[in-house]
Amino acid sequence: MKRFLSPFAVAAMIGVLALVGLLVYGLVQSTPDRGIEEALARGEPKQAPDFSAPNLSGGGRSSLSDYRGKVVVLNFWASWCEPCRDESPLLNRWHAKVSRDGRGTVLGVDVLDVSDDAREFVREFGLDYPMLRDGEGEVLGRYGVVAYPETFVIDRRGRIVASRRGPVDEKFMRDEVQPLLEAPA
Amino acid sequence: MRRVPALLAALMLGLAAPATALAQDCPKTTLGAVEDEVMCPVCGTPLGLATEAPQAIREREFIQRLVDSCATKDQVKARLAAEFGDEVLALPKPEGFDLAAYLIPGLAVLLGGGAVGAAALRWRRVRRGGEDPDTDGAPAGSERLQRDLDRYEL
Repeated sequence: MKRFLSPFAVAAMIGVLALVGLLVYGLVQSTPDRGIEEALARGEPKQAPDFSAPNLSGGGRSSLSDYRGKVVVLNFWASWCEPCRDESPLLNRWHAKVSRDGRGTVLGVDVLDVSDDAREFVREFGLDYPMLRDGEGEVLGRYGVVAYPETFVIDRRGRIVASRRGPVDEKFMRDEVQPLLEAPA
Repeated sequence: MRRVPALLAALMLGLAAPATALAQDCPKTTLGAVEDEVMCPVCGTPLGLATEAPQAIREREFIQRLVDSCATKDQVKARLAAEFGDEVLALPKPEGFDLAAYLIPGLAVLLGGGAVGAAALRWRRVRRGGEDPDTDGAPAGSERLQRDLDRYEL
């Protein structure tokens, strides 16, 4: 049987194919997860991915599952993010409102930020809600966060029922959070 | 009494010398030297290329504070890694597409080595095949020359 290719050519082709495979794998991996967005667009609440992260104030870690049974307004922010400055006072007011009788909480996650800058931001705005720190952006990926700030509303059963890319406003909180607080536990 | 001013002067010099040395030792690196070797995590580019991004500006301020406090380049990079994780160091991850950065040099060496080896083998085969004019070719040439000379009876 006639040989069409030399062993060297075969090895070179295998090398090229392996690199193309890596390129495809890399492109698939770097695409942000749109699962939550797509599920909400279909009107299907999706279970919120649990995570654990260090407390921004230092000392210990907290998990999303620590708040199971409560309405959670999960807010991803950073001190360098200008729109985050605009929405923080609103979130703080709503935290006071939803946490009054233990029905809910705002949970802030500071992302890809210098921790001293983040703590200064919290002091500046007098933010009272619990703050976690995701310096490496690990939690971001699980929620498919691509913009800052980004907020997810999680019901008492731990399902994401609404999200907002960009700063939240009073209307969003009234429309998406208030009904969950009024719903029977 | 004359010794007192001299002693004071010596004491002052002694105090000033370490301070001067300290001043010469600091800063130990520069913002420019560090920003070429670290990433802007939000921008996904080296920090040196991310000029206007707010996160990049904050990161530069953080680096400058560390430089001003006399940290070395390695210490600055270690603090950045503690804040943002190892991904902030401009090194590709050993997974996904970034893995190619580690595999390509190895593959290139293997393919290059294979090509050199194949070329060397072919060259040796050609040499053994008897096409070298200095050795095998020489008698054939001289016989032909002798035949040609025999034809001419001078």
